[in-house]
Amino acid sequence: MASILDHARIQVLEQGVGLDEAGILEVLQLPDDQLEAALQLAHEVRMKWCGPEVEVEGIVSLKTGGCPEDCHFCSQSGLFSSPVRSVWLDIPSLVEAARQTAATGASEFCIVAAVRGPDSKLMQQMRDGVKAIKEAVDINVAASLGMLSQEQVDDLVDMGVHRYNHNLETCKSYFPNVVTTHTWEERWSTLRMVRASGMEVCCGGIIGLGETIEQRAEFAAQLASLDPHEVPMNFLNPRPGTPLGDVPVVEPKDALRAIAAFRLAMPRTILRFAGGREITLGDLGTRDGLLGGINAVIVGNYLTTLGRPATADLELLQELKMPVKALSATL
Amino acid sequence: MTAYCDRCGEPGVHEPCVAARQLEPPRFCTHCRRRMKVQVVPTGWTATCVEHGEVSSLASR
Ligand code: SF4
Ligand SMILES: [Zn+2]
Ligand SMILES: [Zn+2]
Repeated sequence: MASILDHARIQVLEQGVGLDEAGILEVLQLPDDQLEAALQLAHEVRMKWCGPEVEVEGIVSLKTGGCPEDCHFCSQSGLFSSPVRSVWLDIPSLVEAARQTAATGASEFCIVAAVRGPDSKLMQQMRDGVKAIKEAVDINVAASLGMLSQEQVDDLVDMGVHRYNHNLETCKSYFPNVVTTHTWEERWSTLRMVRASGMEVCCGGIIGLGETIEQRAEFAAQLASLDPHEVPMNFLNPRPGTPLGDVPVVEPKDALRAIAAFRLAMPRTILRFAGGREITLGDLGTRDGLLGGINAVIVGNYLTTLGRPATADLELLQELKMPVKALSATL
Repeated sequence: MTAYCDRCGEPGVHEPCVAARQLEPPRFCTHCRRRMKVQVVPTGWTATCVEHGEVSSLASR
């Protein structure tokens, strides 16, 4: 019987058709001695269907902390005894953050707010902030502001926000174990509106929330059915004071299996290394991921935690001969 | 003077907290253990105590 990797070589690499849930699960269950082959195939798939470029992005928190939702992994929920305090970034600092992100060669700058969905104050800050960035800095502006109304979707399009991030976080069957203040379906409906608006859809989640391997496969298949432009892959970085604060970090080999499996599920998507890669995989893991299906990174710091310096990632990309995707290539 | 851990807010210096602080900004003022207002941006962070003022990654690196 042909192995799952032989099957994927034909279906995913040659034909560009992602694996289904059963196939994804088989990849997630591969023994250690086949992990390298899985990463190698995922890399070939990425090179064939996406190319060698790596999309570089910086992210910043416009409004930190004090969120009314209860996502159990999140240090910004106001419902847990996390030490993260509520704070707003002013517009000059926002523009400066965009400028410094662009200086790394990044083509993407994502503005994030810890909210259920935007209120009028946040939408006004966005309007002013995006305008100020566009006047001063050459960079694509993306946003992540929680659940949206149709009117807010339209407003963001008007502002020139080109991509919207809204993570499903985990599969549908496990979501109620992670979030109780809103549903997976509510998130899905925002994603449908974003897709219909013409903005690019960015949707991923977090590996290691306590989901089973089967649920990890379910999640990848559900993401694939959404067909997002970009999928950010986070690995749980357990935050003090949150309900998941004592959950162990994902085993490095399981994290790499997940990267390969997600790439084989979604051959054409921008698969981004996001939060938790440093603590889960260390410096060597960043290299393994970039040679195992990843074709995008968040450089520098995250929203409430720190990343490795942008220069470390940029030097690695140079060594791997993977060019940074230019802004001009995205317009 | 460092009276309180800037990560967990308890008295003293804690090895696990020092290690974790490599990838986290400080959260508590070391003088008065108040929770600080912390702003993280891609290239750095600043943390402010209402009583004892601001510390930042630029100053500590
Ligand atoms: S909605 Fe976002 S900011 Fe709020 S608790 Fe959930 S993940 Fe955190
Ligand atoms: Zn401590
Ligand atoms: Zn103080």
